[in-house]
Amino acid sequence: MDFAGAYTPDNLKFLLEGFWVTLQVAFISIILSFIIGGLVGIIRYAKVPVLSQILALIVETVRNLPLLLIIFFTYFALPEIRIKLEIIPAAIVALTIFESAMLSEVIRSGLKSIDKGQMEAARSSGLSYTQALIHIILPQALRRMVPPIVSQFISLLKDTSLAVVISLPELTHHGQIIYGQSQKYLIPILILVALMYFIVNYSLSLVAQRLELKRT
Amino acid sequence: MLDFSILTENLDMYLLGFKNTIMSSLVALISSLILGVLIAIMRIAPIKPLNWLGTAYVEFIRNIPLLIITFFFFLGLKLSGLYAGTLALTIYTSSFIAEAIRAGILSVPKGQMEAARSSGLTYGQAMRLVILPQAVKIVIPPLGNQFINLVKNSSILAVVAGLDLMYHGDLISSRTFVVFDVYIFVAAFYLILTIPLSFGVGYLEKRLAKSN
Repeated sequence: MDFAGAYTPDNLKFLLEGFWVTLQVAFISIILSFIIGGLVGIIRYAKVPVLSQILALIVETVRNLPLLLIIFFTYFALPEIRIKLEIIPAAIVALTIFESAMLSEVIRSGLKSIDKGQMEAARSSGLSYTQALIHIILPQALRRMVPPIVSQFISLLKDTSLAVVISLPELTHHGQIIYGQSQKYLIPILILVALMYFIVNYSLSLVAQRLELKRT
Repeated sequence: MLDFSILTENLDMYLLGFKNTIMSSLVALISSLILGVLIAIMRIAPIKPLNWLGTAYVEFIRNIPLLIITFFFFLGLKLSGLYAGTLALTIYTSSFIAEAIRAGILSVPKGQMEAARSSGLTYGQAMRLVILPQAVKIVIPPLGNQFINLVKNSSILAVVAGLDLMYHGDLISSRTFVVFDVYIFVAAFYLILTIPLSFGVGYLEKRLAKSN
């Protein structure tokens, strides 16, 4: 084990560059997933006929597959049906497909957790279903959804590491490149990479906890 | 259309991978349950240093990627892919299980413990006879979800040549030069495991919610 050799300024800079890619890819994916998952969650909550059954089937399928398989499939299998994605878009697409399914469930159960009386009261005071949903139900539900969404973001940050299988230049991959030079760097680099994930994710989990406490 | 000859001609490899995925998941499930219960006990036992240790374990492991833990055992300790992956799955999942169990125990009202203690039971007896039976009901659905995650996460074995379903998919696709169809069948095998589990957990959740 060679800690001094592993932690040179160049290597540290290289790891931080990787971490920057991890954060960017995770951030873009969570935003896209929130939009798609939000739409899916609302459609399923509103029980739009046919569409909500089709979406239920897709969500259940995606949720029950390993993310690694989805990443692999997006990058290596889709070109066979002429959908060729570069590494970074492929990673974002795969993470977004998986995470949208997860978030749609978070959003749907957030909506369902709002008392039925709220909808009934809004409707009987003359609002349409859509108006009641947008002005009464969604604002209340969104507040409850924030902590689970932060937890999903933590999972996503960790899951980004799976994109090493398609050589996404993120933190884990940059770590691999450094310890690929010498076995002596392996443990020091794994420790440092783990700590980098830990610091960001633990801070986020503290934020989620604080938000949850505030709510109750 | 899907080429089913890929499935039929490579069925033995698919099934071998499927079997290894099930075995690895089951071994990791049982060992992470044991480890998770121990860590949960460490976190709620009235002994401060044990609390700290348990908390440190859970918070650290939960917040780092499973892949890093797997690499540690595979590259650092030079275990075989199957062992390294299963061990990493155990460590990783145990932190989530410990958290689910702790949350379940803490959700039993404090008055239960106080009443049990004042009616003459020791701390251990009160825990075993009064608190735990009530906590089990709350803990079962989240444990079920952890098991589903565990099965999906077991695909990590493929990254370290762990002989699981994903890995065998990889072998088949490098033999047949087909990717799309091969992985659709891999996905189907995963769904055979995870969909019934999901339904089971959903059913339990509903039933336990009703009984409250």
